[in-house]
Formats: sequence, C-alpha cells, structure tokens
Amino acid sequence: MAETSSPSVLRAETNSWFDRVPPAYWVLGVVLLVIPAFVSDFVMGEIMARAFIMGIIALSLMLLGGYGGMVSLAQMAFAGFAGYMIAVFGTSAITDISQGWPWWIVIPLALILTIILSTAVGWLAVRTEGIYTIMITLAIAAAFFYFTRQNYDIFNGFQGFNSVLPPQLFGVDWRGSYAFYYLTLFWAILGYAVVLYISRAPFGLALQGVRDNPRRMSALGYNVTAHRVAAYAFAGLIAGIGGILLTWQLSQISPGTVGIGAAIDVLVIAVVGGLRHPIGPFIGAFIFVVLETFAKDFLVTLGLSGDRFQLVIGLGFLIIVFFSPDGLLGLWDKFRAARNRDPLTGQDRGEREL
Amino acid sequence: MRRFANTHPIWTGIIAIIVVILLWLIFAIWPPGLVDVIGRKKVFLSALFNGITLGGLYFLVASGFTLIFGLMRNVNLAHGTLYLLGGYVGFHAANITGYWLLAFPVAFVVVGVCGVLLQVLVFRRMEGEDLRQTLVTIGISIVMADLMLWGFGGDFVNISPPSWLSGPVETFFVTAQKRSGDLVYLKYPIVRIVIFVAAVVLGVGMWLALNKTRIGMMIRAGVDDRDMLSATGARIQIVFVGVFAFGAGLAGIAGVVGGTFQSIAPGEDIRFLLASLVVVIVGGMGSIPGAALGALLIGLAEQFGSVYFPTYAVVLTFLIMVLVLAFRPQGLMGQS
Repeated sequence: MAETSSPSVLRAETNSWFDRVPPAYWVLGVVLLVIPAFVSDFVMGEIMARAFIMGIIALSLMLLGGYGGMVSLAQMAFAGFAGYMIAVFGTSAITDISQGWPWWIVIPLALILTIILSTAVGWLAVRTEGIYTIMITLAIAAAFFYFTRQNYDIFNGFQGFNSVLPPQLFGVDWRGSYAFYYLTLFWAILGYAVVLYISRAPFGLALQGVRDNPRRMSALGYNVTAHRVAAYAFAGLIAGIGGILLTWQLSQISPGTVGIGAAIDVLVIAVVGGLRHPIGPFIGAFIFVVLETFAKDFLVTLGLSGDRFQLVIGLGFLIIVFFSPDGLLGLWDKFRAARNRDPLTGQDRGEREL
Repeated sequence: MRRFANTHPIWTGIIAIIVVILLWLIFAIWPPGLVDVIGRKKVFLSALFNGITLGGLYFLVASGFTLIFGLMRNVNLAHGTLYLLGGYVGFHAANITGYWLLAFPVAFVVVGVCGVLLQVLVFRRMEGEDLRQTLVTIGISIVMADLMLWGFGGDFVNISPPSWLSGPVETFFVTAQKRSGDLVYLKYPIVRIVIFVAAVVLGVGMWLALNKTRIGMMIRAGVDDRDMLSATGARIQIVFVGVFAFGAGLAGIAGVVGGTFQSIAPGEDIRFLLASLVVVIVGGMGSIPGAALGALLIGLAEQFGSVYFPTYAVVLTFLIMVLVLAFRPQGLMGQS
C-alpha cells in the first residue's frame, strides 16, 4: 500500500492530508467499521479483536525487526508484563495482591513500567547483533516465563490472575463485544498509523540507517546505541498496549500467556505477514488467528485427527519462510513484479495503476 | 594459564580463594555452626555433584551446538529437537535390542543423519542468511515437536540403565561424623558418575581431535577464515557435513544420557535448546572449552539454586547470563 501511495504523495504535495489517504485505506476502514453489523459476536471477539491484539504485539516486533534489524523474541514478555502490572495494581480476583487502584493511575503506571523493562532489556540486547539478539531475547523471554511461574509474591505463580476486567468508562461496558471490538480496532489503527509515521520521521529514517550500516551512521554523528535502545523502548510501549488489551480480552493473565510458545507465535505472526511494512503483522495475525481457531475443524473435516493443528501451523510457517523470507508481503511483491515484467523483453514495464 | 595469571592478578586471586573454599567445603567435616547456617553437608555435596553431572549433560548438548555455530555460523534452533529425537530413538533402540549401550550408537547415527539432511537441504541453501535460518529451524522444531508427540506419545519416557549401573555407590567423600566417631560417606548413583566420566572423556577427546589432528586443524582454520580455507583447496563442504553430522550426533547421544539421567518428554526440546543457548552465550560462541565452562557453571547454578533458593532457581541461571553479557558480551572464553 505504501508503495502505491508514494507517487501520489509526490504529485499531491500541496493537497490536504485528506486527499492523500490512498483509496485502499478508505475501503478497508469502512469494511472494518461496519463489519460488526454482519458477523456474530464470536467472530468479532474471538477472531477480529484477537487478531488486532496479536497484530499490535507483532507490530512492536515489526518495528524492531523491520526498521531496526533487531529481531526480539521478548515482545510477548513485555506484553505479558504490562498485563501483569494491570492485574497487580488494578483489580482482580486475587485480592491479596491486587492493589485496586483506579484505572487512570494503573494504566499509565503499567505502561511506564513496561517501557522501563523494555529499555533495560534493549540496553542488554543491543550489546549483541543479529542472531545473538534472537538468542538473548529468547533467553530473557524464557526467564520471565519461569519467573512469573515461580514467584508467588507479585505474580501469583502458576495460577496468575483472573477476573482482570477493563474499567467501566463513560458508561460503556468495555467487555461487551461491540465496545471491545472498537476498542481494539482503535488501538490497532493508532498503532499502525504511528509506526507508519515513525518510519518516515527523522527517528525512523535514522533507525533504518542504523539497520543498514551502523558504522556509517555512527561516523555521521548518530548515536547508534541510543537509537536502538529508543526503538526497544517504543516497541515496549506498543507491546504493552497490546498486552493490556490481551489481558482484558482473556480477562486473565497467567504464565501460560507469556510462555515460550507464545513468544514464538508472535515471531511467526510478524514473519508470515512480513516485516517490511506495518500492515504485515496484522495480515499475519488475522491468518494466524483464523488458523488457530479453525485448523482443528478443518483437520476433522479432512478425516484427520484434530490434535495435529500445531503441525498445520508449523508447516504453513515453514513453507512461507522457506520460499519467501519477507512473508506474504514479499510474495505479493514478487507476484506484482512478475506481472509487471514484459513477457517479450523480460524488462520491467514500470508501475501501473492496480 | 600462566598468561592469564600475569594479566589478571586480581581475578586469579579471587578464583584461587574460591577454589580453596570449595575444596575445604568438600573435604572437611563441617562444624555444627556452619551446618546451622547453610544446612547439612550431604545436601551441599549432592547439589554439587548433581550440578557437575548436569553440567556434563549440558556440555554434551551445547558442544555440538557451539561447534556447528563456530564453524558454519549456522544457527540451529532445532538443536533441542535433535536432542529429544535422540532420546526417543535411544529409548526404542534399548527396548527392542535389550542393550542399553546399543542406544548410544543408534541415536548417534540416526540423529547424525538428520543433521546431514538439515545441513544439505536447509542450511546450504541459505548460507549467510541468519534470520532466515533461524526462522526455518524454528519452523522445523515446531513441526518435529508435533510429529514426535504424534509418533512417540506425550508420556514421560525413562531409559533404564542396565543392572550393573543401577544403584548407588559409596564414595570417599565424608558427609558427617556420627557420635560414635564413625564417618558417614556420601552415596551417589553410579550411572551418573559413569556418564559424567564419559562426557569428560568425550570433551577431552574432542579437544585433542581439534588441536592435534589434521581434520581438527581444518576445522579450526574454517572457524577463523572459511574463504581462505576453501581457497587452499580443502573440501570445505565435506568438512561442513562432517561437523554437522558429528554435532547433531552428539545431541542424539545427549538425548540418551538425558533419558537415563532424568526423563524424556515433549517440551524437553525447548528446555535443552534454551540450556544450550545460555551455555554458549555464557561460555562464548564456537569455543569448546567455553562450552565446558559454561555448562559447568549453569549446571551448578541450577542445582544449587534449586536447593538453596528454590523459588528463583531458574532466574539465577539467567542472572549469570545477564551478568556475563553486561561485562563480557563475547562470553567468558569467546574471542573479542
């Protein structure tokens, strides 16, 4: 989408921002806004809202991995940490631990603590590069999982917290399927727009420069480490928002939510969608959630055992990363490039209006 | 060692003091005051020995991982899967044939062949693409984990050692003194001792092979500069396949050892993948002595942690990793 929009941006520099929004956004926006009128509560709550939430968490990984070149497996841990903080400082069924503070303290506090955690982890992780980053963040995610499972004073151990509910605000029950759908949609769109904005803002451009050639950026006077750590901090904020929404959706948080499998799921989502554009994580999340929900039924209809749905997801992931390292977005680009190629000369016919 | 002592006199002193304290703790009969503070000596000694033997197991898994990474820069996140596969293969081999010892070569060969397949079909196609290798091996481990759950079931599997290796043996370590003046000696499972000795022998053998043989020379040259090695005419692809097969085979053997030590179950693959990650991060990527040191440290930390502060045992392991990363990012024995 970004690629198609860029020529029009150049052409219409003087127009208002309203005219510059590509038509595809209008179509998608209208579809997402009116969809609740046509689908069931289950589809809204369990598929759409969950896809938005997982998309937000994967978006934070996309920001780090796509623009920063740092693939972090700790994003689910940040999300889970924010969810835990909501439960610890807000209200839950575990009244011994939960402080029961009002939401306008709890939510900012949870997000600030998450940013501090992700900055600390980022500071540790940016001391390493490439594959080492993946291993270290995986190890940190595992450490957080085991810590929450064994700590009973703050994280309530194996059981975690249940009945963690969103606040009753403006007289709206945010647990209701419509309200929650629009809540997640709002944050997904906001996250998408902010990440897209950042990618073109000076900070994002410098971050992409750091990804492509850290030495040159450093020679130009940019502080490479600070940019990377700042990217971690910001990704932590996005993951934290996703984590709070996830906790509200499940109305509970437990070590199982932040396990190693979940950390890898986030990676799968981001990579299957594509790490080069912020729409990728949402595409990946939608496909993942649909597969997660229906793979069992699908296998049963084929006459196979429904227990093997992990196998279907794993095989799908394997096939996509094996053939297209850029995920589905990469496949789409390949397809477009092939269509644009002139069959006689084999040369690119240039950009066409699609 | 002398060079280390000359360049780091303070560290050498600290290490020497720790070693002396440890030796005293191991061999002395503890005075009652000490027992009141940190518990009985028997608990301490078992934690120590369990830590050391667990370190031996971690070394077996991690040395293959670090060898493959050091030579080929291949990140094999399916290494834990190879471990688990080795355990299952060894279990069935031992059950069918009835010989425990036969489980080792069978697991080595089967898992080694899997490693060759991985190298030829996956890693050779995406040389130098770190992220893609990582993702593909994660995908493989997800698929394999589910296939193994399907094929071998979800139960805990325990490989039982033969009768001549079962049961405890009395060691010469004194744990306490009775009122009558008799000394109480520590009893320890013989199978753990045998396996630990085997791990040490294997480690020393690997070190000798790497440092004293022609093939070892080629591997070390490949670790330092792959392109120059292939330019001198060495058949580098064959070396790669060989090292990958050997590293994978070691993971398979480690699976059998793990199945005898503890048990094999779904989820153990992730646990041992993480363990080998932490071990090689602490010890230094691509270094066999580093893997040995890291494995020993992590094994000890896990066992002492679970005895003396059970709530935070796992966190202690990661704390070591964080400290190493913060002060020596290349690992304890890694080259900067």
